[in-house]
Amino acid sequence: MRARWAWTLTVIILVGIMFSYTQDELRTTSVLSFSLRYAIPLIIAAMVGLVCERSGVINIGIEGQLLMSAFAGFFGAAATGSLIIGTLFGIGTGLIMGAVFATGAVAWKMDQIISGTIINIIATGLTSFFYAQGQVLPASTPVVAIPYLKDLPLVGPVLFNNGLFTYAAIIIVIFLQIMLFLTIWGLRTRAVGENPSAADTSGINVQRTRFINVTLAGGLAGVAGAYLSLEAAGTFERGFTAGRGFTALAIMIFGAWNPVGAFAAALFFGLTQGVASQLQADEVVDIPPQFINMLPYVLTIVLLAVVAGRVRPPAAVGKPYEKD
Amino acid sequence: MDDELVLEVTGLTKRFPGVIANEDVSLTVHKGEIVALLGENGAGKSTLVKMIYGLYRPDEGEIRIKGESVRLNGPREAIRRGVGMVHQHFQLVPVFTVAENVILGDEPRKLSFIERRKAVKEVTALAAKHGMAVDPKALVRDLPVGAQQRVEILKALYRQADILIMDEPTAVLTPQETDELLKVMKGFAASGVAVIFITHKLREVLAIADKIEVLRGGKVVGTTTPSETDQGKLAQMMVGRSVLLSVDKSVASPKEIVLDVVGLSSDNDIGLPAIRNVDLRVRSGEIVGIAGVEGNGQRELVEALTGIRKSTATKFTINDENAIGASPHKIHGMHVGHVPEDREKDGLVGQYSIANNMVLNRFDEPEFSRRGIRNMDAVNSLATKLVKDFDVRTPSIKTPANSLSGGNKQKVVIARELSANPSLLVASQPTRGVDVGSIEFIHSQIISARDSGAAVLLVSAELDEVLGLSDRILVMYDGQIVAELEGANPDRAEIGRLMAGGHAVVAEDSSHG
Amino acid sequence: MSSDGPAQTDLGFTDPNPTLGPKYGPVKAIAIPIVSVLLAFAVGGILIYFQGVNPFTAYRVLFESALGDSDGLLRVMQKSTPLIFTGLAVVVGLRVGLFNIGAQGQLTVAAIGAAWAGYHFDLPTVVHLTFALGFGMLCGAAWASIAGVLRAYRNVSEVITTIMLNSIAIALVDYLASRTFKEPDQPISRTPLISDSAALATFGVIPSGFVIALIVSLFFGWFLIRTTEGFRFNTVGLNPNAARYAGISVKRTIVLAMAVSGALAGMGGAVETMGVVGRFEPAFNAGLGFDGITIALLARANPIATIPAAILVGILRTGANSLQFETGIEPEVVDVILALTLLFVAAPIVSRYIFRINAKRKSKSKGRS
Ligand SMILES: Nc1ncnc2c1ncn2[C@@H]1O[C@H](COP(=O)(O)OP(=O)(O)O)[C@@H](O)[C@H]1O
Ligand SMILES: [Mg+2]
Repeated sequence: MRARWAWTLTVIILVGIMFSYTQDELRTTSVLSFSLRYAIPLIIAAMVGLVCERSGVINIGIEGQLLMSAFAGFFGAAATGSLIIGTLFGIGTGLIMGAVFATGAVAWKMDQIISGTIINIIATGLTSFFYAQGQVLPASTPVVAIPYLKDLPLVGPVLFNNGLFTYAAIIIVIFLQIMLFLTIWGLRTRAVGENPSAADTSGINVQRTRFINVTLAGGLAGVAGAYLSLEAAGTFERGFTAGRGFTALAIMIFGAWNPVGAFAAALFFGLTQGVASQLQADEVVDIPPQFINMLPYVLTIVLLAVVAGRVRPPAAVGKPYEKD
Repeated sequence: MDDELVLEVTGLTKRFPGVIANEDVSLTVHKGEIVALLGENGAGKSTLVKMIYGLYRPDEGEIRIKGESVRLNGPREAIRRGVGMVHQHFQLVPVFTVAENVILGDEPRKLSFIERRKAVKEVTALAAKHGMAVDPKALVRDLPVGAQQRVEILKALYRQADILIMDEPTAVLTPQETDELLKVMKGFAASGVAVIFITHKLREVLAIADKIEVLRGGKVVGTTTPSETDQGKLAQMMVGRSVLLSVDKSVASPKEIVLDVVGLSSDNDIGLPAIRNVDLRVRSGEIVGIAGVEGNGQRELVEALTGIRKSTATKFTINDENAIGASPHKIHGMHVGHVPEDREKDGLVGQYSIANNMVLNRFDEPEFSRRGIRNMDAVNSLATKLVKDFDVRTPSIKTPANSLSGGNKQKVVIARELSANPSLLVASQPTRGVDVGSIEFIHSQIISARDSGAAVLLVSAELDEVLGLSDRILVMYDGQIVAELEGANPDRAEIGRLMAGGHAVVAEDSSHG
Repeated sequence: MSSDGPAQTDLGFTDPNPTLGPKYGPVKAIAIPIVSVLLAFAVGGILIYFQGVNPFTAYRVLFESALGDSDGLLRVMQKSTPLIFTGLAVVVGLRVGLFNIGAQGQLTVAAIGAAWAGYHFDLPTVVHLTFALGFGMLCGAAWASIAGVLRAYRNVSEVITTIMLNSIAIALVDYLASRTFKEPDQPISRTPLISDSAALATFGVIPSGFVIALIVSLFFGWFLIRTTEGFRFNTVGLNPNAARYAGISVKRTIVLAMAVSGALAGMGGAVETMGVVGRFEPAFNAGLGFDGITIALLARANPIATIPAAILVGILRTGANSLQFETGIEPEVVDVILALTLLFVAAPIVSRYIFRINAKRKSKSKGRS
């Protein structure tokens, strides 16, 4: 039922894009590129939430994980003069934050929501305190155009002429889709998220599975954070993740806890934002900038209100595993 | 029966906060032997086998599997040594297929990928070999309870268990299904598998066991064989005193209709029809029992009648008052008491004191509050009285409910529901997981409620309970009432047949494939 | 059951029955937060040390500027007032199993609402005060109710919606303060000053808003324990299934509790506008909502304990500015100290390793670990 609804919407959007492309090539391309750039961190962050929730852990601390790794990525790169080292700093910080969150939410069996909130507050505190002004990146991240593919009409410039993180995001989504539904890791992870006690009695170590998955998901948050400061913004400001970690959770829900579904949902988000900004810039409509800023948040709430009742989260999500 | 010793347990002790679940338990199991663990609820049967399966670690004692002393760090190690377990509460992932559930944790693989086709083939072959019909590609959540149990058994067999533990497997089955399962177990034993069979039903033990171990209060109180004993002796060993195997009650004298339901229908949690066109009438002064295998709509029926679940009906009145679409609050206001089937989840707030639990659905009545402010003196004095009247064993009325034993928790619920003098009492599984002493007490309370004029609707998966308490019995199958039996001594076998859907009208229904 | 929905927030110490005492026993219930705070100060001190400042000097500066004179005391009380309210807002949510991380947004919309009610009307003092305060509370309640209704009727996690509503609130009030309600002929975005009739007075060094906050805390301490509505709140929070079976409307309770929570946060915003700032300026109150979470957890979801917890945070926030002025330490060190306090209080670090609570019992009862 929901799937058909989603497919219909997708087809309408695709037809709309095609039509718009015949009318105005340049603008369409630029809106789509904007949309993709907007969607990339959301996609990766949604994968963080997805891996955690498929294992039965709600990760409300994605926001803090993004913030910390964006911070570490930026200042790491600025201090060492190397974007690669900066990226590694970002990912390493993400892994550490993942492990810290896993320690609270999994190992100590604390309330998962509160554990995540602690992560967010700690991240805000640390990044604010250690924030230093006047740092710059050694260089901007390279844009890699894929030969031949980049010359395709529309998809070429939009999809195949991007920074490395963008390709990484797409690969991560496909990789996770395969991992989750075709591999042993996926079967066990889903079992742990659906019925941990069944997994336990089948000989699967529930706590270890959760701990590892949540920690690795933190590494993904590191990728997203590094993307934000190194590729998307090229800088770091206090609190500049601006709620993306939460929007990502909403995107994960719209995607019904499927990587590819979440990818589509994130693109839809990006597209809405892209179209609105373009309309604003072209002065087609006179929307105050504050309302453009509000758009992703309002959209999140509206879509959640429509979708949340219809999709089913992993059954054991949110509950620390206790043997009865 | 072979002489080879496959499992030897000596001096096992397991303590939980406040309880010694197992104390110095010793046990031997031979190849191809069926050992019955008999004991009433809370005797420690599940705890014992969970230690053998590696789910709990014993505080003291030794477990030897096939001669080797083991310290199990989890089910994985038990599985590796050939121990398999069919759990009292099925350990299945509802959204996975049968095949996925069976292979989980021991998947046929190529690199890291699951070999799905091979899995389906293996499961099909395994099921065929043991004569257990299941579709490996079906989702477990779509299967009836009996089939889910077959999946549990297949799971153990797939791991090549030669010590098979079955924890109360017959609790969810019809008498016919039970007989079939007993036959399957005999087959396992004949092929050399050692079976540990847990139950509290004496008949089954006598029918199948090679050896009977009786547990009481966490200790082994006797070891015997079916040829040396009988039901009376076993019951006495189990409970520690002689027990009435039947309920003592006078003949009912039904009066006016209290609950009148025509054409009641309702959906289950995933939106599929769960009860269809149920007609039901309960009179003041009678106990109407609903017999049926769990999962045939009893839960939804109870929830619909108490306003918790949305339902449709042509007629639904309580004391001639319309109750269609009424909220739980409104229905409670029509003097309906409800003993929910899952008391911990739905009947009590574990962190609340006994006193607060005693008024959980009445705290806002004028007796216990004035202008929105609670009258704690009234609450406490009611609680003090009920604790005494209903023999709740507790240090104080301020004790949190979750520190009580199962039987005392249930007494709190029963006390609360009966103290409001309901004109209709809906009691769902009123004695599940309760010790024998409490069972007798709860039964007598239900009967005295009937005698003082309440209409009682009893739903129980224990056929003996339904038979013992009811003045009239309805059999439920696949969301419908398929038969009504009156009279003092209905035929067990007949009811069993009806519970399994053996009624001419609904025999071949489409929904169970 | 169909109403299960997202996981409930289980603190493990929401204990509505006062006669029972908390899970840990009364001594440790007080000792754990105190030790946590001290530990956080210790770690914060190390950070300060590495910035080249003697931590003892820094903390002395911090506390002296906050508590050393009547001026400091006044500012501490002013700072603590909205914090008590946002702390209470989070506490009320937690009691019903809701995690309201949107106190910030509710406070913000209430602050501008109260400012508008304060400058746009001319009313007799008592009426005007009540109206402006009430209108602010209404704004906060309405804002929170969006999340409450969505949670109750559409099963949308209040955690996500309240966060989103925070961001929306920031954009919305920015718009309002720069256009609709803007003070005319001023370069910056802010509302006009409120009328004197809507200003909350300060008696000596005691702001009346602070007194209101104390009274409201005490009221909720009583409300949650002694009233039928409070009993509904607790029941829904502890076991929503049992609440439903007992005839309590879980949906109604969730919506109501969320509205109450929003009204409390709103009161914080209104009191801040009417008693301290005198008008609405965007960003004057950043962070108050998030401190509310720390305060609520520090107070272990107890309304009365919210008072000391909020005052402590108020002291730190007040002292932080002087800290920068006199020692050059960034005021954000307070954020770090508060984050660490939260970590120590909520994570079982202190209870497990310092007081060794549950450690023995756990190892016995849990089979394998
Ligand atoms: N995980 C546990 N924590 C605390 N007490 C338990 C636990 N499991 C069982 N018990 C207690 O141990 C006793 C034995 O329980 P159990 O082995 O389940 O009995 P049986 O299976 O014979 O009904 C009961 O009193 C029960 O309440
Ligand atoms: Mg048992």
